[in-house]
Amino acid sequence: MSSLNTYRAGPDERGHFGIYGGRYVAETLMPLILSVEKAYGEARCDPAFVAEFRTLLAQYVGRPNPLYHAARLTEAWGGAKIFLKREDLNHTGAHKINNCIGQILLARRMGKERIIAETGAGQHGVATATVCALFGLKCVIYMGATDIERQAPNVYRMKLLGAEVRPVTSGAATLKDAMNDALRDWVTNVADTYYLIGTVAGPHPFPAMVRDFQSVIGDEVRAQMLAQEGRLPDSLVACIGGGSNAMGLFHPFLDEPSVRIIGVEAGGHGLDKLHAASLTGGRPGVLHGNRTYLLQNEDGQIQEAHSISAGLDYPGIGPEHSWLHDSGRVEYVWVTDDEALEAFQFVTRAEGIIPALESSHALAHAAKIAGTLSKDHLMVINLSGRGDKDVNTVARALGDVHLGGLV
Amino acid sequence: MSRLATRLSSLAADNRAGLVTYVMGFDPDRATSQAIFDGLPAAGADIIEFGMPFTDPMADGPAIQWAAGRALEAGGSLRGVLEMVAAFRKKDAATPVVLMGYYNPVYAWGPEKFCADAARAGVDGLILVDLPPEEADELLPSCRANDIDFIFLTTPTSDDARLPVIVGNASGFVYYVSIAGITGTASASNQAIGDAVARIKRHTSLPVCVGFGIKTPEQAADVARLADGVVVGSAIVAAADEAKKAGADPVAAALGLVAKLAEGVRGARK
Repeated sequence: MSSLNTYRAGPDERGHFGIYGGRYVAETLMPLILSVEKAYGEARCDPAFVAEFRTLLAQYVGRPNPLYHAARLTEAWGGAKIFLKREDLNHTGAHKINNCIGQILLARRMGKERIIAETGAGQHGVATATVCALFGLKCVIYMGATDIERQAPNVYRMKLLGAEVRPVTSGAATLKDAMNDALRDWVTNVADTYYLIGTVAGPHPFPAMVRDFQSVIGDEVRAQMLAQEGRLPDSLVACIGGGSNAMGLFHPFLDEPSVRIIGVEAGGHGLDKLHAASLTGGRPGVLHGNRTYLLQNEDGQIQEAHSISAGLDYPGIGPEHSWLHDSGRVEYVWVTDDEALEAFQFVTRAEGIIPALESSHALAHAAKIAGTLSKDHLMVINLSGRGDKDVNTVARALGDVHLGGLV
Repeated sequence: MSRLATRLSSLAADNRAGLVTYVMGFDPDRATSQAIFDGLPAAGADIIEFGMPFTDPMADGPAIQWAAGRALEAGGSLRGVLEMVAAFRKKDAATPVVLMGYYNPVYAWGPEKFCADAARAGVDGLILVDLPPEEADELLPSCRANDIDFIFLTTPTSDDARLPVIVGNASGFVYYVSIAGITGTASASNQAIGDAVARIKRHTSLPVCVGFGIKTPEQAADVARLADGVVVGSAIVAAADEAKKAGADPVAAALGLVAKLAEGVRGARK
């Protein structure tokens, strides 16, 4: 792989990144998947589509959001100069909305009237319900019953926005099972329905399309860092569940050899116990439309993931990450629930910013390595979402039962 | 000639459709599942689809989702399913057995080795719901090398442009999924099924078997007038489950329903 002169050319015309990706879906869906690919191929070259996407990002989402120099974290960690990419300041509070804007424009272009989506933490569900409200489209969100309980505020937000939230009780009733039910819905309502997948996974063209819509993150970081510091960053750190915030930050920098790129998986209770670190603890397999690293047993049965963060609680990962892992271009590491919780509290107090538990995984790893780096090292951490939705979970995890009951 | 081809051509010679029955391996446990499996030919099944349990059956409705859950709970595995086929083969050398499920367990086994091991166990065909023609080239050579028919699915969304792509590599028979949806839910009209089978037959000379949403002997008889084979799965799986929950014999319940379905299918064109 070291002979590659670009890491940004994938996927091939069949949707493969090396051996990963592809279109492993039921035949009923194949014609629709092919039509999504065709429609997206046309839309991305259509100046009117691109202009509408950019206008909505600017006026509705609030982009560009800041690349914030976190002086207090820099001082506390005692090494690299720390910058936070403030995706938490987007409308709806996370990076998920970038992709939703792009795909809702595509769904309208394809004449689809009903939108379905899966959600784990509820951020993608809220973002999808939001764009459906904006365009007056019917919206059905599949969410695991376990997640509905631990992300109650987001469930109510979706309902206020006019979405129907369907609880999923199969399996462990989390993100994987929500995705199964969303696929079952899509195969049943194939004529009028668009499945707005929330991450860089699923059948081709979704991994590439979601990456393209999220690449606004990395494109902005490049321009902002050049304007603020006069050069490119030295390292990028982002958390990974499916991996869309990470891919959006990383992709514009993949061909910059001076930029060290680090993805942080959810190590849950530790890799010898329950976790969600697919790359470190899994092996290649086929699920939900693509080949990628999966947590599975010897018989190819998918295993339940665990993370304190509902948004990372998934036994797979986007196929392009699997390819970047094998090629060695991106370093993939993991942190535990406890480390993420500690970073959550520390950053909240140090900077007055409450990060999402997902983003806290990236912050926890940055805290480990920042002190070993020189003071002129420019490190960008993707603050992919805000943590308001997580205060209940955190209160419970910290044993603050009283607060946990109130919030 | 393969077992599938032999059976399908003798059915054609008798001018009747075949009854294709689906049950899940290891549901609700290995012994019960083997007893149902072994009893299917005598009850009237012409071809047997044997389900390989998977944690994430994305194309299945509740009846088969729950069956997969019970099977895995009972220790179901791909290895165990192959052992059950081998045990069946000791008693029945003629009835074709088609394994049906999802790709990941097969991929985890290794496609080449799996096809060789499956053929050795006595498997005749393979249906993998999430391996469309676009990705099937990673498995087809191993299937062919081991004389295993890879059965492709056609659906209401397969138009005249799409059908040649699907049937181009098909062997054994072509499976027509009669509804856009998951197993064991809605049923298509006879008119829609008849039109679809006629359309598929313009693109292939292979027999066409129709499944999804066929639950009763009457429905089976209707479809038997329109197609070369009638596939029933969820209804049999549910009959066994309901019997067990009611304290009755799941083997007798499953095979009893199969006998009635067979009666419907066999009498259809008379």
